[in-house]
Amino acid sequence: MENAEPLSDTLTVYGTQVKSRLLLGTALYPSPQIMLDAIKASGTEILTVSLRRESSAEKSGQAFWELIKDTVARVLPNTAGCRSVKEAVNTAYMARELFDTAWVKLEVIGEDDTLQPDVFALVEAARVLCSDGFQVFPYTTDDLGVADQLLNAGCEVLMPLGAPIGSGRGLNNPFALRTLRAHYPDVPLIIDAGIGKPSHACEALEMGYDAILLNTAVAKAGDPVSMAAAFAMAIEAGRLAQQASPILARDMAAPSTPVIGTPFWSE
Amino acid sequence: MNIILNGEPLETTSETLAELLLSLDYADSHIVTAVNSEFVPHTQRSGVTLNDGDRVEIIAPMAGG
Repeated sequence: MENAEPLSDTLTVYGTQVKSRLLLGTALYPSPQIMLDAIKASGTEILTVSLRRESSAEKSGQAFWELIKDTVARVLPNTAGCRSVKEAVNTAYMARELFDTAWVKLEVIGEDDTLQPDVFALVEAARVLCSDGFQVFPYTTDDLGVADQLLNAGCEVLMPLGAPIGSGRGLNNPFALRTLRAHYPDVPLIIDAGIGKPSHACEALEMGYDAILLNTAVAKAGDPVSMAAAFAMAIEAGRLAQQASPILARDMAAPSTPVIGTPFWSE
Repeated sequence: MNIILNGEPLETTSETLAELLLSLDYADSHIVTAVNSEFVPHTQRSGVTLNDGDRVEIIAPMAGG
């Protein structure tokens, strides 16, 4: 079969090309070794990381950094836990120096139960950061008005949530996500959060999304390494299927076996 | 003087942020800093004078999603 080879197409975000369309988080793994094995199995080229207060006694942040710094090409630091423009902007500045990158996954949390973004603060923080040279990956909703404002602020990629962070529910509102995709055919769109199973990721790629960012679905799986490999395959399958133009669903049956020449046709 | 370091009280004789980091054995560590909720780039640490009650943050990489 000709197309059995891995895809040669790449994802370009802020001028950086990556082959893998899976962005993987580094939290919640049962052990550091399992995390490293899962990273390898996933084939990811972009890892999300965060930053927190360092304990002078344990220096656990140093150990974590030593562990992952050479595993992939890029890291994408997040502003997880930030709840205001000021917190997010200051965290982004710290991340830029700490990880030596202009990339930032911009999260400004607006509500505890859903961990949905505060989109007003998100847009404002994006405006501040983009104007200072950051390359912002905003964790946002599927709202087109917010998307417009983020793009106007200078974002070149959007990361709508599929479902609440860590919920594993998949794509809660496929209709809205399809609308977003159709409205911005040329903007890289990455589903960030809510993915639970490889089939969810495959569905998003089939829908035309460019990539998936996930963490919990792999890290908290019974076998994170196998799950990482499964996600890699599902994402590749979804991308290949999207490029192959899936048929449109229809209400009535349509026979796949030609009826002309059926034996006993005239009886 | 007494400062708040990463949310905990600390008595120190360090006069600048750079001296504080040195005294706490962070000189070669991969960290970033903030004072009173404002990021302080590493190039400016020696110029930041500490005052009683200052809130100092020493931040390092951590796992994240």
